[in-house]
Amino acid sequence: MSNFSVHSRAAHSAHDVAVHVLDLEGELDAHTASDLEAAFEQCRAEDHHRIIVNGADLDYISSAGLGVFMAYVEDVREAGGDIKIANLKPKVYNVFDLLGFPMLFDIEDTEEEALARFEENAEDAPEPSDAPGENRIA
Amino acid sequence: MPQTHTMTIPSATRHLGEVRQFVAERAAAEGLEDEMVQELRMAVEEACANVIEHAYAGDASREIDVAVIADDERFTVRIRDEGEPFRPEAYDTPDLRELVRRRQSGGLGLHLMRRLMDQVEYRTRQGVNEVLLTKYRDGQPAG
Repeated sequence: MSNFSVHSRAAHSAHDVAVHVLDLEGELDAHTASDLEAAFEQCRAEDHHRIIVNGADLDYISSAGLGVFMAYVEDVREAGGDIKIANLKPKVYNVFDLLGFPMLFDIEDTEEEALARFEENAEDAPEPSDAPGENRIA
Repeated sequence: MPQTHTMTIPSATRHLGEVRQFVAERAAAEGLEDEMVQELRMAVEEACANVIEHAYAGDASREIDVAVIADDERFTVRIRDEGEPFRPEAYDTPDLRELVRRRQSGGLGLHLMRRLMDQVEYRTRQGVNEVLLTKYRDGQPAG
C-alpha cells in the first residue's frame, strides 16, 4: 500500500498571481515517485507552470523522488514558470542540500515566501487564472 | 561476535518500505543515533533500487537478500543479488546542472549513498553481487 499522496490546489499571491500548489504527504521513494510525476504531468496538461511543492507533510525523500524535480523543472521554466519548494522538514531539506539542489531550485521556508518569489517575476509569463477547486491526484 | 539479521524481498519497488523499516529498526536496536539511522534508511533504499532497476532490470520474480551486521565498531548493511554486475568505477560525481538540462531523473543514487555512508564497497564473486554500506559508530575505523 502506498504511503504517499499528492494533493493539488490553486493558490493566489497577495497581488493575485495564480500559482498551483502540490502538497506532498508521506514517503516519496522509488515506488511512489511516479505519483509525483503524474502530478507534474497534470500540471503540464492544464498549463500550470507556476508550481509550489509544499513539503510540510513529507517525511522522506530518496534520489528517485529528487529525480522527478530534475526531470520536470527545465520544461516548466521554458514555459515561463518555475517549480519552487517550500516548508520542507529539516531531515528532508538535508537530502536536497546534500545533493546541491539549493543551487538550482528556490527552496523557501514557507509557502508565502515561495508565493512572494513568484510575484517578483510575475510579469515574465502570464498564467491563465486557475478555477477554484481541488483535485486529488494520488 | 558480530550480530547478523537478514531479510529477503522480491525485486520490486513496493518492497522498499519494508527494507527501510527493517534496517532502521536494527540500527535503532543497536543504539545508533537517529541521524545515522536515517542515513542508513536512505542508503539501503538507493542500493536496493539500483538492484531492482539495473541488476534485475525490473524482473520482480528475482530476490534481493539484505543482511545487517553489527559489532562494537561498525554497522554494515549487505545487499546481495545475482543479476548483472554493477561497475561503480564507471560513475563519476554527477553534475546536477547537466542532469537537469538533459531532463534526466536518474544518476544520483550512488552519489547519495557515498555521501551518506562512511564506506561503500562493491564486490562480485561467483555470480553474486554484493554491496556493503558501512557506518562506523565513531565516524571512522578504530585504530
